Amino acid sequence: MIKARIIVTLKTGVLDPQGKAIESALGNLGIDGVGSVRQGKVFDVEIDGEDAAGAKTKLDAMCEQLLANTVIENYLVEIHHG
Amino acid sequence: MKTAVVLLPGLNRDRDMIAALRTITGKKPVTVWQTETALPDVDLVVVPGGFSFGDYLRAGAIAARSPVMRAVADAAAKGVPVLGVCNGFQILCEAGLLPGALMRNAALRFVCREVKLEVVNARTRFSTAYEEGQIIRCPVAHHDGNYFADDATLKSLKDDGQIVFRYAEGTNPNGAIHDIAGIVNKAGNVLGMMPHPENLVEPEHGGTDGRGIFESLLGASTSVAA
Repeated sequence: MIKARIIVTLKTGVLDPQGKAIESALGNLGIDGVGSVRQGKVFDVEIDGEDAAGAKTKLDAMCEQLLANTVIENYLVEIHHG
Repeated sequence: MKTAVVLLPGLNRDRDMIAALRTITGKKPVTVWQTETALPDVDLVVVPGGFSFGDYLRAGAIAARSPVMRAVADAAAKGVPVLGVCNGFQILCEAGLLPGALMRNAALRFVCREVKLEVVNARTRFSTAYEEGQIIRCPVAHHDGNYFADDATLKSLKDDGQIVFRYAEGTNPNGAIHDIAGIVNKAGNVLGMMPHPENLVEPEHGGTDGRGIFESLLGASTSVAA
């Protein structure tokens, strides 16, 4: 079993109103010194077998085709062995 | 004019769209469920609004990968007119049939109100019933209507006359870049728009400004048939 974590983040330059709202809420909590917050998504995926190279190909394909919208988002795939 | 309306779980504006199409074309549209792999032979395919698949992952993302959308893409490639309204616009962008993406509204609020639209290009098959520069009324109801595209895409949208509708008179409800409310693809046969023209087609709706989109298509379809 191969375990992977996919991190999807908004590209630089794409406005993130949700991140901005979180920033202002942190200010309301009195947590100061926060430069900026960008919100993203995390997907934990398990791939059958032990073929890391094959798994990487599948994980990249699922990011390109579904998990990320590459018009506005970047993705990062981290593979952790079972 | 024969029309088809795509049905996906979670849509809620399909009935309004079907009623508008029936009123204006005089024929009941064929409905096509999301698992279908082929479309009937029609003059217009409509992807209506709502919250397909609960807007899970991203608005329109799951719907765009459903079997019926492959058939819609095939029809679009053959030149069949395709109209996507609201969630339908989001689905067409997610499916790659239109450029750009629709993000969360800049003010993070769901907006349900009437806006003004400027008809930027009245030469598309969806907009010939209007005059260039005409300001029309149209309702909006969405949470993710904030249109975004990179600079290169925006330039080509402008240069190729692909921007059909823009929010006018300071009524941009969602922060969309360049006030973009509706665009066509390069071939000009796929239109996506956030506002709901189907909800302003009868005097009982309080106005008929939305009829022009359907009447433009009807005119184009009649002239082809004749």
